[in-house]
Amino acid sequence: MTDEFSIFGLVLLLIVLALAVVRLTSLLAVAILAGAMSFILAAVYTLLDAVDVAFTEAVVGAGISLALMLAAISLTTREEAPWRRRPAERILALLVSLVSGAGLLYATLDMPLLGDPTAPATLHVAARYIAESPASTGVPNMVTAILASYRGFDTLGEVAVIFTAGVGVIALLRHWREDRA
Amino acid sequence: MNEFILVRVVVKIMVPFILLFALYVQMHGDYGPGGGFQAGVVFATGIIVYTIVFGIRRAVEAVPMSAVMGMVCCGLILYAGTGFATMALGGEYLNYSVLDSADPAHGQHVGIIIIELGVGITVAGVLTAVFLVFAERRARR
Repeated sequence: MTDEFSIFGLVLLLIVLALAVVRLTSLLAVAILAGAMSFILAAVYTLLDAVDVAFTEAVVGAGISLALMLAAISLTTREEAPWRRRPAERILALLVSLVSGAGLLYATLDMPLLGDPTAPATLHVAARYIAESPASTGVPNMVTAILASYRGFDTLGEVAVIFTAGVGVIALLRHWREDRA
Repeated sequence: MNEFILVRVVVKIMVPFILLFALYVQMHGDYGPGGGFQAGVVFATGIIVYTIVFGIRRAVEAVPMSAVMGMVCCGLILYAGTGFATMALGGEYLNYSVLDSADPAHGQHVGIIIIELGVGITVAGVLTAVFLVFAERRARR
């Protein structure tokens, strides 16, 4: 039970931070608050026993993406340009977010409850992974065994995506004089 | 940020431990949380912190851009190449069991360690390279 209370409190904190991110105009503060949100999410994942996901969220969300955002901000300005919307646009935006928010809430009604043992996700291949993976791969961390062996093709595809994205950014931003820096 | 002596000294002490922690996460991913992806990110973070404090000039002295570009490619080649190696040994693409003919589970373990290394090298390379090209652009202004 205490876990559920902690998760509830952390999610409330996330909502407060999200509102702050929307209201603030200092890009630096927004980037740092987004990093803080990632840390809170990582804590939530840890409470849900998803330590691998929590680790990734902490290093990527709070670590590297914050550093890359700061690097990007250092190339532009630190303040968001003031931008006033007309009232009609505001009403339209409110309508769109209310409708899509209601749709998302409606969709969650179909989702299985947290930790439901009869949820489809826990009934399909998960049982086989838990039964077989330690013996057939010799790797105690099942997450690693699934990602690297059972789903080796997926992970290869992910690495190819990271490679392609990186090469794209480098091709766009780099000055192709030889390394004289 | 080079003018703050406290930051400089602390970062100088911290960076080797960040890189060591990255290697630990890389090599311990089969027993504890983490793995190639997280290790690559932590490794890149170490280099990025060094770059932020000591500047792009000293950073590319330590890690030249050509080496980083090599990492970007080598990791993916290592991963994809493991698949071809298992094919050459008579298995399916990325079926690591054939890496150890006597003990398939050990073969799986070896394969997982190799491809996680590939993931880590590419991720570390890409993230370092992206930050370095940003910093390079800023240094030229």
